[in-house]
Amino acid sequence: MMSITFHQAVFYFFSAIIVIFSILTVTSKRILRAATFLLFVLLGTAAFYFILNYAFMGALQITLYAGGIVVLIIFSILLTSHVGERFEPIGWGKMIASALVSLIGAGFTLYVLLNADFIPTQAPLPDASVKNIGTALLSYERNGFVLPFEVVSLLLLAAIVGAIVIARKEPHDTENPNNE
Amino acid sequence: MWQDITLQDVLIVSTLMFFSGVYGFLTRRNLITMLMSVELMLNAVNINFVAFNYFLHPENMHGMFFALFVVVIAAAEASVAIAIIIGIYRRFKSINIEDVSNMKY
Repeated sequence: MMSITFHQAVFYFFSAIIVIFSILTVTSKRILRAATFLLFVLLGTAAFYFILNYAFMGALQITLYAGGIVVLIIFSILLTSHVGERFEPIGWGKMIASALVSLIGAGFTLYVLLNADFIPTQAPLPDASVKNIGTALLSYERNGFVLPFEVVSLLLLAAIVGAIVIARKEPHDTENPNNE
Repeated sequence: MWQDITLQDVLIVSTLMFFSGVYGFLTRRNLITMLMSVELMLNAVNINFVAFNYFLHPENMHGMFFALFVVVIAAAEASVAIAIIIGIYRRFKSINIEDVSNMKY
């Protein structure tokens, strides 16, 4: 048996973190714990990006997902649930059916990709520096991304306005007097 | 640099992550945990994009840019989804999907 290199050890460590905590995220009975486990999964994903040499992507993952979305989720949990609240279990039938669907899907996908012939590239590694990424994002030439960049900025503006409008308290709601 | 990791290793991890997200989306009855399952699936897909980019076509970093835009859109989606969830909680006093079955205003 070949020995495991340091790189592989790091990779397997973060793989184990990702797999274990994603399963715990979807099976945990307490909602706040599930959110914490999700945070570990997202940090493991960021570690994958660092392992694959995309440092900018990893930094983005940590700041946007681990720093932004998880905090947003935890805030909304605190606004809408009791902290120690446990889920009522769903029926065994539904649980077994869902597990079967996921296992069959996972088995099929694993079967396909373990039998696939991926030809590793011999091309040199990309220079994923922030300078190159910024240049490509604002370039309108062949490998530039200025159009999706601008579209995404419009989408973000729409999302900000939409989130404010939806979550705003209506000052006087005449149709539904029970609404606080 | 990372010659001792193969594409398959990364893809196996992301497959397991994706299908645990699918399981959570099917079994959870709480809107926030369903949103968390969706985030798991999006992250698994992002890992796939970046891994294919790194191992097969590293020239122009297209996969990385796609993953970047997916992250941004996921952030927008999460903020709007949580606004909707809070609005639902105000109206129905619950975020369990069994209690939120009527979509009438």
